[in-house]
Amino acid sequence: MSIQELGTEQKVEMITCVIDGFEVTVPKGTLVIRAAEKLGIQIPRFCDHPLLEPAGACRQCLVDIEINGRAFPKPQASCTIPVETGMIVKTQLTSPVADKAQKGIMELLLINHPLDCPVCDKGGECPLQNQAMSNGRGESRFEGVKRTFEKPVAISSQVLLDRERCVLCARCTRFSEQIAGDPFITLNERGALQQVGIYEDEPFNSYYSGNTVQICPVGALTGTSYRFRARPFDLVSTESACEHCASGCAMRTDVRRGKTLRRLAGEDASVNEEWNCDKGRWAFKYEVAKNRISTPLIRDANGQLQEASWPEALAAAAAGLKGVRAGVLVGGRATVEDAYGYSKFARVTLESNNIDFRARLHTSEELDFLASVPTSATYTDIDKADHVVLINFEPEDESPIVFLRIYKQVHKRSIKVSSIAAFASRGSEKLNANLIKTAAGDEVSAINSITGLTGKSVVLVGERAAETAGALSAVAKLISSSGAKLGWIPRRSGEVGAIAAGALPNLLPGNRPVSDASARVDISTAWAVDSLPTTPGMDTQEMINSDLQALVIGGVDPMDISADAKVKLAKKFIVSLEIRQSDITEHASVVLPVAAVVEKSGSFMDWQGKVRKFEAAVEQSLNRSDVRILSILADEIGKPINLPTVKAARAEMESLGAWDGARSTMKSVTASANTSVSGDEAVLTSWRNLLDKGSLQDGEENLAGTARASVAVISKSRASNLGVKENDLIRVSNNYGAVTLPCVIADIDNSSVWLPRNSSNSQLIRNLGVVGNSVVKVAKA
Amino acid sequence: MSKLTPVLSAHWDQADSFTIAGYKRNGGYTAVEKALAMQPDEVIQLVKDSGLRGRGGAGFPTGNKWGFIPQGDNKEHYFVVNADESEPGTCKDTPLMMANPHVLIEGVIIGSYAIRANYAFIYIRGEVTHVVRRVQQAIEDAYKAGLLGKNILGKGFDLELVLHVGAGAYICGEETALLDSLEGFRGQPRLRPPFPAIAGLYAKPTVVNNVESVASVPAIVNNGVAWFTAMGTEKSKGFTLYSLSGHVNNPGQFEAPLGVTLRQLLEISGGVRSGHKLKFWTPGGSSTPIFTDAHLDVPLDYEGVSAAGSMLGTKALQIFDETTCVVRAVLRWTEFYKHESCGKCTPCREGTWWLVQVLKDLESGKGTEADLDKLLDLCDNIMGRSFCALADGAASPIISSLKYFRQEYLDHLSIGACPFDPTAATLFESAGVR
Amino acid sequence: MERSTGPVIPKVVQSIDGYVTNEGIELIGQKLELATAEVTAVSTFYTQYKSKPVGEYHVGICTNTLCAVMGGDAIFSSIKEHLSIENDGVTSDGKVSVEHIECNAACDYAPVVMVNWEFYDNQTVQSTKDLVDSARAGKPIPPTRGPKTLRTWKQNSAVLAGISDGLANEGVQAGEPTLLGLNKAKGGA
Repeated sequence: MSIQELGTEQKVEMITCVIDGFEVTVPKGTLVIRAAEKLGIQIPRFCDHPLLEPAGACRQCLVDIEINGRAFPKPQASCTIPVETGMIVKTQLTSPVADKAQKGIMELLLINHPLDCPVCDKGGECPLQNQAMSNGRGESRFEGVKRTFEKPVAISSQVLLDRERCVLCARCTRFSEQIAGDPFITLNERGALQQVGIYEDEPFNSYYSGNTVQICPVGALTGTSYRFRARPFDLVSTESACEHCASGCAMRTDVRRGKTLRRLAGEDASVNEEWNCDKGRWAFKYEVAKNRISTPLIRDANGQLQEASWPEALAAAAAGLKGVRAGVLVGGRATVEDAYGYSKFARVTLESNNIDFRARLHTSEELDFLASVPTSATYTDIDKADHVVLINFEPEDESPIVFLRIYKQVHKRSIKVSSIAAFASRGSEKLNANLIKTAAGDEVSAINSITGLTGKSVVLVGERAAETAGALSAVAKLISSSGAKLGWIPRRSGEVGAIAAGALPNLLPGNRPVSDASARVDISTAWAVDSLPTTPGMDTQEMINSDLQALVIGGVDPMDISADAKVKLAKKFIVSLEIRQSDITEHASVVLPVAAVVEKSGSFMDWQGKVRKFEAAVEQSLNRSDVRILSILADEIGKPINLPTVKAARAEMESLGAWDGARSTMKSVTASANTSVSGDEAVLTSWRNLLDKGSLQDGEENLAGTARASVAVISKSRASNLGVKENDLIRVSNNYGAVTLPCVIADIDNSSVWLPRNSSNSQLIRNLGVVGNSVVKVAKA
Repeated sequence: MSKLTPVLSAHWDQADSFTIAGYKRNGGYTAVEKALAMQPDEVIQLVKDSGLRGRGGAGFPTGNKWGFIPQGDNKEHYFVVNADESEPGTCKDTPLMMANPHVLIEGVIIGSYAIRANYAFIYIRGEVTHVVRRVQQAIEDAYKAGLLGKNILGKGFDLELVLHVGAGAYICGEETALLDSLEGFRGQPRLRPPFPAIAGLYAKPTVVNNVESVASVPAIVNNGVAWFTAMGTEKSKGFTLYSLSGHVNNPGQFEAPLGVTLRQLLEISGGVRSGHKLKFWTPGGSSTPIFTDAHLDVPLDYEGVSAAGSMLGTKALQIFDETTCVVRAVLRWTEFYKHESCGKCTPCREGTWWLVQVLKDLESGKGTEADLDKLLDLCDNIMGRSFCALADGAASPIISSLKYFRQEYLDHLSIGACPFDPTAATLFESAGVR
Repeated sequence: MERSTGPVIPKVVQSIDGYVTNEGIELIGQKLELATAEVTAVSTFYTQYKSKPVGEYHVGICTNTLCAVMGGDAIFSSIKEHLSIENDGVTSDGKVSVEHIECNAACDYAPVVMVNWEFYDNQTVQSTKDLVDSARAGKPIPPTRGPKTLRTWKQNSAVLAGISDGLANEGVQAGEPTLLGLNKAKGGA
């Protein structure tokens, strides 16, 4: 158990021991190596990692120990022994025996290690290199033949293995098994031939494989995309926050000459510990995509977008927005500060509550739920949970660090996990989840069937719950009756922050209800405006369908917008704030380029509501954050929002604080009647795989190479009715279109068919016009 | 000849000694009746009182090991027999199981009853097909005879016994590696604590005993503590199997009280190969520091061998005469440890890799005297630094051979080659057969 | 199925395929609900699991120190030469393969050779040549301490996987060295 975990317990017994003559008091269970760290004494190590179970394999951390006057006859591995009262530890600093033992181990580790540091990616940031300098002999006495292997071996499209560099610390294999639950890499063979490897036909396609590259204490595991690209001392590192999902990972972005070369997991014990997912680590090439927009664009008389100067573009945008009925679509990826800018821009400049961050499927029930039902669950609650309930939420695909946190407790304490889904996903199987097998549309009765929750239970609801009428109402009822902690976990990084920023038609910043006069007074006072619009605005779908003349659209993913919606959008005056050309910019009247995450500062709010601030990693960029552009545009229109910088937006939003008045109460929505299907019909159910055709993953082929195969999941009885066997092609269709994929036969609800929502050959909005809870036909292809 | 005390081997000369009928004819399965009539704790006490110590190498008191199993913990307990006999020179458990597997099974039943285990396992090495057949048949026959399964001998005790066949890994003789192997993993040693008595097989309290230790229990139950303690020395009680091999006229198994000397065993057996003289020997397998002709009178009990600078180990007395090159012998053992290192920890995995290269050079006469000091320092960096005792075993023959035969190493270096003729050491040489 | 059956199942595979095939690894993974990498980790750890085919008669020659000194080294090198194969090699007819093995717990019968993990005690260079020649020629080669007739690699792999062949009663109960102490105690020569 780590100190961090012990720290979360109520009563911790403290133990005092002596290390190198200094007393140190640490929680019971603390390992000697970490107690020494507390004193600033660095004992060299390779296999030790605070988040992995002790292995004691590398033997680098040997120290002399005596307890109450009785000395161990030989040096002990300080990474495996917890401190005890009366323990006296002598490290390499005070014990010649420990010092010689460590130097001896280091010499042994180096006999088979190549001297290729000058060309090794790890060179300059290598624990072996560093500790060989600090705790090794000056020169090796080895004159023999070194072990060699064929190199490198691609253990997946994104991870390469150089076995001769490996020190067999087993960090990577322990990570894969203990943390990710993906034991696709193992230690194979024996003795001096022992080596890390995969089974030849099953690559290391784990969503978390990049972590093994990061924790490898040598250069044995390297990322394909980064290999031979940079030296660590040429990189400028910036602490950052991941823009890919609502898990909220702390990150480090390494940039050389204005270009991101790699991203690493940052450390935050209360969020991602020291891990992240491969999407967060490797999907950043979109920043430099070919279709990046670098100058403002204005549509000319011939309907063509032409490059324009900023003053021209701003003037054109202002002209189109002035004096018309307009709205704002924010998308789910805006930073908190940008979302706040959009929120204020809608109310002050456009004088309207027509604003919504939800580009995905959404309902008024969800709007009501988000405004009324407080969420309280945190990662720490998962650590202590007796039962985690997943409702229309696949954490491994939709919020991968949430998955790791649940898996940790499943691995350690075998906690109960229940999942409402049509079938047990790979993630569910790893969590050993009790599947409440449910067709899309039938979630309400499934939710109502859950019993036995306590105050220590955690209910995690995904954004897809909005896709079934009554589901969120049922969740609200479940929470109020059971006292369980609730977490609402959208996929995108900007959604939780957008709620706080008031980027919804019924909420002002700080969760203040639009309909509450005193809430409006709060905000209008702070904003120094006479009044704010009083009636709740339109949601995204309503705005698209309405006769609003103009829309300001920022950060909306074109993948979310149906062809039908695009036709409607094309009839409006659209001001698009974008980083890349898209289906939206294609219909826009004015396009204003904005900064990508890496080029700006700001913050996201993770699913817990925790603010994740970041600074610009690429400082030289000329691109500016949305809020800055909006502020200039508002000035141009003559109704300023006075948010010239991200800092100003953050400061103003912080000064507003959260609403301390009453929340609105949720109006319960009843479930619609179950959809019945017959014959070749099925209810479509889907979610997005973590690695898919998402636009922020563009340009990273190595990452895409580890995506899960696009398959259609059907039940055994459907397969036999169709006369298909595993891997046969099946065709899923409706009046709109069709998707044809190889099938997988699984224990899925008989009436259902599952498709990936946005994967290769299965992009449902484009192909079927719907994403779920809809009747489709299934046939043998 | 009075020095020999055949107990385990007493009936091996009967052609059907390995059958249940043969075993019963000679009084087999009477001890289990006595034991099942006792309280389990009484059985543990009896074994404690007998002073029986582990015959697999470490010499830990068997009864104490049984006594460590927490009682009344509402957990499954497991009794595991370590039949993975693989230590070079060791060849006692294999003939025992071939000639009389039932005495082992009887010991298993008694031991399992004592520690309240309802499941027992025999982990046997996989390279001995016929022994596997014999033990498998013995287990089946014991089931048929109501000695295994439900309600054994009507005494209300249930025991399932499973034979688990290993697949070729010396390290699985290490008890925690054995448990991992038994659970279906790579046989690599586990961190201790927790010790097997607290969290062993499937994390449940587990006893792991050597074949000979377990097989000795029925005789103790039948004949009593006084009978057993009358044999042996003060702290090393009872009889044991000594395995004599190598350059002797008559190799074989000799069952004698602990404390017998090699000189006495050589006298009984017929001495060192005729025309040759003893050069060096192992008291308990290749992992125990070697002895020379100066140690002929060391009492072969736990204390005696230890006082003389080695370990009783498995009592595998490998005899080498003056035709044997000690450097070659040590190199070959080192190659064995390299081959069998599990790979988990650095000093063993990398150390044996290096040691072999150094010794190969020395055997072929390459190097200087400084290399001998380097070799010793290397051993110092390996011994006591590794995860389990395997690497200690690798260093032992090197350190001890340099202690007694440093000049022979130097002779290799001075002539630039091995001074020995390997054919002179072969058996065919003395027998005149090629 | 339990994971603990893991180490047994590769033997079952060997009894059918002769070695641990990829099909075998995938099957084990499926049956035990293990990743194929986990199965590979186990199957490559143990010496008795073969990743490529061996002969119908797999000859293991002990070259650990004691057997090596007593003649094992001479036997090993002469047999490799005799069969024109290297360590772990198989004769072109697929009949015989050779591997140097570590101590097989029969030191009092040194030098020791194993065929399909049956004992061939007190071997010489000539006796081992005769042994492999007979094996290739299909002549009977009864083990010293074992069943009356030697069974094939696959058949014995089945026995090691726990599938009884009913031959336990065949062969001696003990060889001469095993009985030496007992005979001496009884006053024998």
